[in-house]
Amino acid sequence: MNPSAPTRRDEAWRYSDIAAVEAAWPLPAAEAIVVPAGGNFERTIVQDSGTIHQLDIAIGKGAAAAIHVLNIGGDYGRVELNVTLHEKSDFKLGVVQIGGNTQTLEIVTTVTHAQPKARSSQIVRSILAGKATGTYLGKVAVARDAQLTDSVQSVKAMLLDRSATANAKPELEIYADDVKCAHGCAIGELDPMGLFYLQARGIAPADAKKLMLQAFVAGVFEGAADEEMLTVAALKKLVDLV
Amino acid sequence: MLQINNLHATVGEKPILKGLTLSLGAGEIHAIMGPNGAGKSTLGYVLSGRPGYEVTEGSVTFNGQDLLALEPHERAAAGLFLGFQYPVEIPGVSNVQFLREALNAQRKHREEAPLSGAEFLKVAREQAGALGMDMDMLKRPVNVGFSGGEKKRNEMVQMGIIDPALAILDETDSGLDIDALRIVGDGINRIMRRPDKAVLLITHYQRLLDYVKPDFVHVLDGGRITRTGGAELALELERDGYKELAA
Repeated sequence: MNPSAPTRRDEAWRYSDIAAVEAAWPLPAAEAIVVPAGGNFERTIVQDSGTIHQLDIAIGKGAAAAIHVLNIGGDYGRVELNVTLHEKSDFKLGVVQIGGNTQTLEIVTTVTHAQPKARSSQIVRSILAGKATGTYLGKVAVARDAQLTDSVQSVKAMLLDRSATANAKPELEIYADDVKCAHGCAIGELDPMGLFYLQARGIAPADAKKLMLQAFVAGVFEGAADEEMLTVAALKKLVDLV
Repeated sequence: MLQINNLHATVGEKPILKGLTLSLGAGEIHAIMGPNGAGKSTLGYVLSGRPGYEVTEGSVTFNGQDLLALEPHERAAAGLFLGFQYPVEIPGVSNVQFLREALNAQRKHREEAPLSGAEFLKVAREQAGALGMDMDMLKRPVNVGFSGGEKKRNEMVQMGIIDPALAILDETDSGLDIDALRIVGDGINRIMRRPDKAVLLITHYQRLLDYVKPDFVHVLDGGRITRTGGAELALELERDGYKELAA
């Protein structure tokens, strides 16, 4: 239909809602953000209407950037970040994806440590119900001379129904030899014994689930300028789901 | 207060309780003892409504209500408290938040006004203090990183805050050192020994009963009560063992 649009053969679009991608194609140019040396940048993205966000972020020497994403709305929502870190710069990403019905929600990142002594941290928490699909594709690339890189990827997904799907693919491409790149990935369900414990103390099933899910995403938005707004919006979406 | 009549229950197709009959009156403390696999913990779970524990026959009446028709949280609101043998860790949820939400959910169910944050903290501080638990521990995530003894003590703090009419305490004494055993025993007496309350103590050992004197002791074996006596029955069991008694 749209011959220039990506297909499932493209790794970065492998789990996407291809019909929605085709409908949106061609995409406008990615938003380019340059954080100057020593600068400080913060951005909150609330994807609540089924759109594709693409950001290219270059973080200058000694600069810091923090991005917080709440990916919850529309049939297909995608946030794609292409980040380049220069010497001693710092990148923090906190993502919460909450989907139900047949929603497809994606966060796709490429974080390139181009120079030494930069730090990056990515925390992604997905809660998926119904027939929803939540995906994290995250590549961390460390250039040959980017020694003393410190990078963390922490990816967890909680499936509320057996019919929901979570995809998680942390990927490392390291050419330097003195680096620290941690990555952890877990997909699970709510602990039934924990739920029973909360109920046995008088908390109704839906509230017990909500309490445990709030705990699951706690901390992701810590320190964000919009922390309160993000937390409230996430909770509101959770209430719809459980 | 609690009437269990000819209760049969299965766990994953396997029959565990096979015709258990037991009656607890207000103001009474009952101890249930019995060998491993007798069905003691199953009884606690069935009474509190744990999913997967299926009642196939019999009835349970709690203060005139059909207990088995209620959901677990409704049973709690009706005044039933289960002290867990293995209290569950819930990462990310603080004790204080959990307990306040639990208590206010119960109060709402009973159409009582919710406690404010300050009112709740006052109650929590009193109960924690009485059981020798640090308020800092109450602010930590539920049972996460707690020792076995601390978890059991936390169960008692929860019981003190919730102030139930009926407590089923499943091996609350296991994993406790001698000092903690006394503190927990004192806690049970202080919170539950009232004319309008009752306790069902599930235990393996006589030693907790030195602190919490039962009015009745029952032997549970093979899914039913095989013998009932007074406090002296526990001593007899301790001396002779279950095998001897069965013979």
